[in-house]
Amino acid sequence: MEQTIKLQIDRKRVEVPRGTSLLDAARGIGIRVPSLCYMNLQGMCITNLPASCRICAVEIEGRRNLAPACSTRCEEGMNVTTTSARVMNAQKTVLELILSDHPTDCLVCPKSGNCELQEMAARLKIREIPFKGASSNRVKETSPSIIRDMNKCIYCRRCEMMCNKVQTVGALAAINRGFDSTISPAFEMPLRDSGCTYCGQCVAVCPVGALTENDHTNRLLEDLANPAKTVIVQTAPAVRAALGEEFGMPVGTPVTGKMVSALRALGFNKVFDTDFAADLTIMEEGSELLDRLSRFLAGDKSVALPILTSCCPAWVNFFEHHFPDMLEIPSSARSPQQMFGAIAKTWWARQTGVKREELVVVSIMPCLAKKYECARDEFKVDGDPDVNYSLSTRELASLLKRANIDFNALPDDDFDNPMGESSGASVIFGASGGVMEAALRTAHELYTGKKLENVNFENVRGLQGLKKATVDLNGFQLKIGVAHGLGNARALLEEIREGKSEYHAIEIMACPGGCIGGGGQPLHHGDSNRLKARARALYAEDEGKTRRKSHENPYIIKLYEEFLGKPLGEKAHHLLHTSYFNKGKEIREQ
Amino acid sequence: MTTITLPKCAIETLVKICAKHDNQPGELINILHEAQGTLGYLPREVQEVIARQLRVPVSRVYGVVTFYSFFTMTPKGKHPISVCMGTACYVRGAETILDEFKRRLEINAGGVTPDGQFSLDSLRCVGACGLAPVVLVGEKVYGRVTHAEVEKIITEHAEKSS
Repeated sequence: MEQTIKLQIDRKRVEVPRGTSLLDAARGIGIRVPSLCYMNLQGMCITNLPASCRICAVEIEGRRNLAPACSTRCEEGMNVTTTSARVMNAQKTVLELILSDHPTDCLVCPKSGNCELQEMAARLKIREIPFKGASSNRVKETSPSIIRDMNKCIYCRRCEMMCNKVQTVGALAAINRGFDSTISPAFEMPLRDSGCTYCGQCVAVCPVGALTENDHTNRLLEDLANPAKTVIVQTAPAVRAALGEEFGMPVGTPVTGKMVSALRALGFNKVFDTDFAADLTIMEEGSELLDRLSRFLAGDKSVALPILTSCCPAWVNFFEHHFPDMLEIPSSARSPQQMFGAIAKTWWARQTGVKREELVVVSIMPCLAKKYECARDEFKVDGDPDVNYSLSTRELASLLKRANIDFNALPDDDFDNPMGESSGASVIFGASGGVMEAALRTAHELYTGKKLENVNFENVRGLQGLKKATVDLNGFQLKIGVAHGLGNARALLEEIREGKSEYHAIEIMACPGGCIGGGGQPLHHGDSNRLKARARALYAEDEGKTRRKSHENPYIIKLYEEFLGKPLGEKAHHLLHTSYFNKGKEIREQ
Repeated sequence: MTTITLPKCAIETLVKICAKHDNQPGELINILHEAQGTLGYLPREVQEVIARQLRVPVSRVYGVVTFYSFFTMTPKGKHPISVCMGTACYVRGAETILDEFKRRLEINAGGVTPDGQFSLDSLRCVGACGLAPVVLVGEKVYGRVTHAEVEKIITEHAEKSS
């Protein structure tokens, strides 16, 4: 039996398992001890406990000093007070000190209204900042995805934890000491040179305005107001599962129909769906899997297996930076966002007679790395990007509020055709395991030639960091793996490098839970229940579709007949595939 | 791709130092200490090699190098001068001694003279408080240093070089 500990917090008796922190014990009985640096990602078994902010100070009977509740463990018979005048004064002083070198430009800060420090200042009723000291004057850094304004940093080190422990990217670390300390890439180099993948998980956990997304809302407003432009939009699968949260709806409410209405109300000429391009991705990636497999089974030892999915731009950045010796392993298929852009600016533009230079393709993504992806040179034609720019789910929500749109009252509407039609397989791209499941639905039928009756591959669903399954293809046992979070991906890649991998195909998504936990989504605060609810919304939408396999999408069939020819054919290769670049580091002898 | 170049002998030295500590990330401080002892300073290239050997992100190595004032990323002078700014030395006028070194050498604390002869730093307490204020030049200790002696100390070492 697990040992428990009895103690008193604010005169209430409480019994908790050994090892529980005072903070968790107090919160368990409804005592909301304030915290800033503390973060508990239960789903990933990771806790951020630097005890650096000291705002969670509590009084323990018999101890001379106040103790930080987040990193003090409960002990038998402890008598803890969280509300004495001494505690409340200390908390106020701590916050005043944190604020003493914090910029006071809240009114124009991108985090205003969603800032934990601002909320804490309101809660502790800070009315003046009595300490006048120096303030740091660090230069704001703008990358294609992430903006770093380290003058606003409060040294909670959550970003460092996400970057190092969860994602194992190691781009950010605490540097210098004393007043000069900050969180930064090595040698204070810009993010783009640091091995950063732009996954945005640092942004997702930053309590203040130190790390924010590179916001493209104003570009969109300008384009929408320009009568010479045709502006079309695509929305990623995960957006519809989380956008409602920004409008007070319960977590996991699917808002596809309202989202389409809202985008139409904003003035987009056409409202399309990235899901269409996800179906296209499956045609290409699934065919590539079958092609590699059949060559492998025919005895070709040079075939690169396992094949790795390539939909996730942060994941692509990760292997380009950290595994540049393995660039031939991932699928060469472009991501759905980029496939959409390439088809929109060729097939659709030709069909509708819109000139490329007048066409603006915008994407709404749960992701910050997508902002970087659409700016990559290989996805441009004569300098014009296939996808002009990408807005996050959060940016869309704030734009809708600003545009006086009463989201909750909107009627449901349908996407435009042809690029709004999609199968159930494409919807589940937004959850970890979804791409693999979608690929299996198509690959199974193409390989065996038989109709797949049960399209649900339950083994690859859920929040487990690493999922495995074996699928029978006419007697051939296809072994698949699914990982989310780059730390889990790293483990799989190292296996492959050592020649120990048992898999034929692997799906990897950089963010926890897949795109539903993306760096551009409403903040998930590490709450795995939130991620599960979002995933349920996507799987329910899949269940509700009449067509649940990508190759059954009638407009995909039409696209190949009219324009592309065959999957992996010459035109498909030119428009829908890409190559990867070595962005690693090499140490050479002089 | 980013290419980092370093003389072959320096890479070999670093690989050897790391191997001596079993390439353990927990030994980072000791490894940096030895590397600086052998190579004189810890430029980016050196940190990159150590990070590769220990399989840790270079940001972590840089974090440690910039945390401890002992570690330096710029080469020290042939005669590294350290002025103790510990409490005892401080109250007996170490700051004016440091200022005099700055004025005479025309460099700031942390700097190196253009000819590479002298570098200047301040440190905290060398444990010789009875001799305060204390100045170290390399391994040599000067006690009860006066304003007027600063020039003498500089000349003494400059002559040694010539």
